Amino acid sequence: MARRAGAPEVNAGSMADIAFLLLIFFLVTTTIETDAGLDRMLPPIEPPDTDVVIKQKNIFQVNINKNGQLLADEELIDLKQLRAKATAFLDNGGDGSCTYCKGRKNSDSSDNPTKAIISLKNDRETKYGTYITVQNELVGAYNDLRNREAQRLFGRDFTDMEAEYLNPETAQSIKDDLKDKVKRIQDLFPQKLSEAETSSSN
Amino acid sequence: MSKFSKKKSGELPPVSTASLPDIVFMLLFFFMTVTVMKDSSLKVENVLPNANEIKKLEKKDRVIYIYVGKPTQEYQKVFGTESKIQLNDKFANPSDVGDYILAERAKKSQELQNVLTTALKVDKNANMGLISDIKQELRKVNALKVNYTTYEGDAFRNLQ
Repeated sequence: MARRAGAPEVNAGSMADIAFLLLIFFLVTTTIETDAGLDRMLPPIEPPDTDVVIKQKNIFQVNINKNGQLLADEELIDLKQLRAKATAFLDNGGDGSCTYCKGRKNSDSSDNPTKAIISLKNDRETKYGTYITVQNELVGAYNDLRNREAQRLFGRDFTDMEAEYLNPETAQSIKDDLKDKVKRIQDLFPQKLSEAETSSSN
Repeated sequence: MSKFSKKKSGELPPVSTASLPDIVFMLLFFFMTVTVMKDSSLKVENVLPNANEIKKLEKKDRVIYIYVGKPTQEYQKVFGTESKIQLNDKFANPSDVGDYILAERAKKSQELQNVLTTALKVDKNANMGLISDIKQELRKVNALKVNYTTYEGDAFRNLQ
């Protein structure tokens, strides 16, 4: 009779308690967060070999002073108007060479989106928050235009396509397909955002 | 007869809790894998600005962090209330940024060294002067890819 009983069972009742203890420890220490922000490329420090002459009308000057006031193309404007103004400047297509532009074709504004440059200058005492808002609005202007073109050509938003392209979980075949599309849209409205050094006088 | 009457006692059998450890272990493994231990404690105030045209910063192993902001209460007596740079665990001057980037870059594996991003976690009340000093230092060491880390939200809230 004793043979049938076999080895006595180990009491595993406290295993749950131990596991709970560990679980609570990791629960408390976990921070599930992915950082997000505005991506920017700084210009390389070596000056370009040749001086490039840029027409004044192809430059959109944005100045921020230390009080957070905004001067865009020599006009004092509110921050909320900046996106519309930048969009109008980029989308102008003054010399008629831009087939997809829907701007007013004003001859005093930019010739072509590929030539249009936005120049950003700020004071040393400008608040960082204001600076980010301005950056956000300028990036927003580019994204609006790129979304418009992406909708026309591929029927979906550019930001959506780019996010999927950058997502490491996307399959390689989809990525290859998206790469060309993203590149094509980026070439239509290349992001040319120049940042002057704060201390320089011009 | 007593053999049968035992079975008919009418009480419900207790719910088996044998699978409870399995469930808990499953949760445990989930949290263990997603946990990232904090490696540096913040010595500066770090309320990031808001922005909505943001991109996610994937792959944490390719990111170098720089914190900027006012020293927190306990450090204000020593370091004052002007905005400071924090690299790893200590306060630093703008001139130290270049060396820090080079040191961090050297720690990463060869194939990652060219694709590193510098994440600037800057308090929204910091002045741009300090930021442009940092940017100048970053350009000197050719760390041109930067990410202004922000919260997701309405950008105009920064102005208040």
